[in-house]
Amino acid sequence: MNMTLSRRSFSALVFALPLLGTARAEEEAAHIMIDNFVFTPAELKVKTGTKVTWKNDDDIPHTILAKGGAFRSKPLDTGDEFSYVFAKAGKVDYFCTLHPHMVGSVIVTD
Amino acid sequence: MADHDDGINRRHALECMIWAGTGVLWTVSGGVPKSLNLLGDAQAAEQSATGLTFLQISDSHVGFDKAANPNALATLQEAIDKVGAMPQRPAFMIHTGDITHLSRAAEFDNADQVIGKAKLDVHYVPGEHDVIDEDGGKAYLDRYGKNAKGAGWYSFDQAGVHFIGLVNVLDLKAGGLGNLGEEQLKWLEDDVRGKSASTPIVVFAHVPLWLVYEKWGWGTDDGARALALLKRFGSVTVLNGHIHQIVQKVEGNMTFHTARSTAFPQPEPGTAPSPGPKVVPADQLRTMLGLSTVTIASGQRPLAIVDSTLA
Repeated sequence: MNMTLSRRSFSALVFALPLLGTARAEEEAAHIMIDNFVFTPAELKVKTGTKVTWKNDDDIPHTILAKGGAFRSKPLDTGDEFSYVFAKAGKVDYFCTLHPHMVGSVIVTD
Repeated sequence: MADHDDGINRRHALECMIWAGTGVLWTVSGGVPKSLNLLGDAQAAEQSATGLTFLQISDSHVGFDKAANPNALATLQEAIDKVGAMPQRPAFMIHTGDITHLSRAAEFDNADQVIGKAKLDVHYVPGEHDVIDEDGGKAYLDRYGKNAKGAGWYSFDQAGVHFIGLVNVLDLKAGGLGNLGEEQLKWLEDDVRGKSASTPIVVFAHVPLWLVYEKWGWGTDDGARALALLKRFGSVTVLNGHIHQIVQKVEGNMTFHTARSTAFPQPEPGTAPSPGPKVVPADQLRTMLGLSTVTIASGQRPLAIVDSTLA
């Protein structure tokens, strides 16, 4: 009985480890789509340490510049991506320097 | 405007064949620029015979290769080919920006090579696509900014007309529109100080200096301040690009006109989810691309613009 239990527990542990790993990786990565000149989601909430990746799905290049200058992407052509790891808590507003009516923000909490 | 659907007869058709792809013909008369039918008017020919004629070309986006036009360099080449076929050689050309798609050296090289075949002086202003090199516009200025101030603005006089090229694609603010900035506005004020109010003014910039459609960013935050500095002049013509379609209006002594792109069309304001390239059937593309011819009659103030397409 004990043996069965521990074996089951062991199996569960073995299976759970990679799952935990995956879950953890997902927590630390988030995505923002650029489509039709809009950032989606326009407001993204993440935990500190999260790597956020923007991907441009438009046929026109866009850029990402944080207000205050914490990060600035190169021009992203169709399909290009840009990532930034948010290490500190707080709200960061950003926009596209080519089409400044395109704005978004990332809210980072501990 | 190439608005010649009022019964095309054979003569019209022949004229269109000659003029196809050469653009907007401006004729200024009596202070109010009138847009004429595509050479449908004897007046246009008469005025171009006596006055100053120049071309406006815009938004060539060399390097663009997406669905809306897989070869933007080829359609630019078609536009330049048409210039050589014009009945009267224009005095010069203005390019109202977005020469390239991504500010890459090879794109500038290709554009220069094709546009150079027209063998005309070209006065450029940058579009936002021309200043996205690592140094935020150095690539553009190194090529085209030798006689320019600041980020690339300048003025010159030809045939009694004062031409002003402005830059409104740099240092854009989040949530905002096109931007001229204090330094450039100050320069503009100094530039036109002391000029007679009867001097015809042609001012050109990439993004419309007037508000065309705010939701898509089609306007310039401090454009009204620039226009206020020009208000006292009897004839002001404002030529822009950026929106890849013709929009025009007349307000007092000011005429506003935007040119077609030579690369791809964009949707009319509010008719699509975004201002992105408009994909049209291949056989329709060239009806939506083109350039503009501007004629200023000597001894008169009026100016005529004729837009025509690559079709």
